[in-house]
Amino acid sequence: MSLRDCRNVKVLDVVPVGQSKRPGDFFELVLEYPGWGGWKPGQFVMVRPVSWGPELVWGRPFSICRGDEKSLTLFVQRVGRGTERLSQVLPGEDVTIWGPLGNSFAVEPETPTLMLAGGIGIAPFCGYIERHAAPENLKLFFAHRMPLECYPYAAMTQKAQGQNMLEAQPEDLAGIIDQMGALIREYADGGLVLCCGPTPFMKTAQRFALEHGARLQVSLENRMACGVGACLGCVCKDEKGHHTQVCTKGPIFWADKVEL
Amino acid sequence: MDMNVSVGGLQLRNPVMTASGTFGNGLEFAPYGDLEKLGGICVKGLSLKPREGNPMPRIAETPCGMLNAIGIQNPGVEYFVRSILPSLKRVDVAVVANLYACDADEFGELAGILAAEEGVHALEVNVSCPNVKEGGAAFGQDPSQIARVTESVKKRAGNTPVMVKLSPNVTDIVECARAAVDGGADSLSLINTLLGMAVDARNRRPRIANVVAGLSGPAIKPVALRCVHQVCRAVDVPVVGLGGIASAEDALEFILVGAHAVQVGTANFLRPDFAFSLADDMAALLSDMGVESLDEYRGSLVLPL
Repeated sequence: MSLRDCRNVKVLDVVPVGQSKRPGDFFELVLEYPGWGGWKPGQFVMVRPVSWGPELVWGRPFSICRGDEKSLTLFVQRVGRGTERLSQVLPGEDVTIWGPLGNSFAVEPETPTLMLAGGIGIAPFCGYIERHAAPENLKLFFAHRMPLECYPYAAMTQKAQGQNMLEAQPEDLAGIIDQMGALIREYADGGLVLCCGPTPFMKTAQRFALEHGARLQVSLENRMACGVGACLGCVCKDEKGHHTQVCTKGPIFWADKVEL
Repeated sequence: MDMNVSVGGLQLRNPVMTASGTFGNGLEFAPYGDLEKLGGICVKGLSLKPREGNPMPRIAETPCGMLNAIGIQNPGVEYFVRSILPSLKRVDVAVVANLYACDADEFGELAGILAAEEGVHALEVNVSCPNVKEGGAAFGQDPSQIARVTESVKKRAGNTPVMVKLSPNVTDIVECARAAVDGGADSLSLINTLLGMAVDARNRRPRIANVVAGLSGPAIKPVALRCVHQVCRAVDVPVVGLGGIASAEDALEFILVGAHAVQVGTANFLRPDFAFSLADDMAALLSDMGVESLDEYRGSLVLPL
């Protein structure tokens, strides 16, 4: 039997996180657990509330943030029509979900591992830290534009070492880039680096990793319609310049095997 | 209820097929349902040589529909035959190979290769892809080209049934349908996507790299129904209706205006198990209406006097 499936689950809760410009810009969507015992950190799920009807045709992809035998939690930032409508679902509503989808981050418990997260890209690292056998070997570097309380950072750094930098104004960016470069260089010798965030953020990480010879994985998030490898709407270019599906061949790629 | 249908020599256990380009090669959807619950699978468009398709972004969501300009990305027919078809052959379902080529001769060559393969039960000739510069729309908008391509495919197809997929981006789809039938088509499928566009008002850019793209989904169902209705009244070959089917009732509307079968496209993205229960849902709805067979219901639309 396949590990993947599609089913309707109930919304258990919608929990606002932090205070940004608009209330509810960041929230946790807590769903009934679909029974996926085997999900791995870095995998994602497609989510589509039944109440959307035909108006919004696609599900939306979200990294799995947390999952136990009772619930599945996704961390969402409200940015477009889909996440806007998703922020309005109510406990008890039916949501269609399919997954767990895609591949997962490398896990090497004994290897010093650096997680580079940019903004909402912090989401998959929640599950990574929770499921890691030796979180004392993990360090989270988090670059963000909204107040830190908008993200699940505090809970994550109870288990793993953390460092965060706020990009409050454009001038802050240079400092963030310098720090990323220094950290990647530090982990180049025998370490593992994982990155999830906006494309420019991951491009910067890729550049430093190639420069310093660090082993880096990046988690891509392209617009996708199906999530199962059929629509070919989410492709990226691999190292040979061929289009390859982010949903099934990724979303995690080794940084030297993908064009960003 | 007996849901078996014959579509121009193609035998289907029920009238639900999955539309090319929306269901991969079928195997991608195997975790979500029993492929043998389907009438047939129209696989992703195939060309002689591999194609990388169009640049990104290639898809955009619009109200009740989506735009795509994938551009027939596919690994080429040789890879399909060698690496995909053997797995598909193990599934007891009709497999329809969707063909794309740049000229009539190439269409014929492709048809010859695929028709020789056990496990390919029909050919769907894509003369209507709006997302490629060469072939595609140019063929689909010219009845004489449609006839020429169809003839070329028929010559090489042997006993394998040939279905021609028509574009709605024409002045008179009936004229195109007649051309395909004149060329020897055993059946027709319609409609392919409508040409559309989406732009971003804030950054003043098109949402699709190709600028224009194919619109699909519930938004296009009225256009598709109109086309199927017109073509079914004009030609004698079976018609497969598609365009915005997202429920059993939607599917039966196409049967009502005369379609022998339907294809499900964008609804496969609403949820990946959508197509698997559609035939059962159609049968249940027909029973609710007191209808005893698909044949009785097909084309029974009551028109105003």
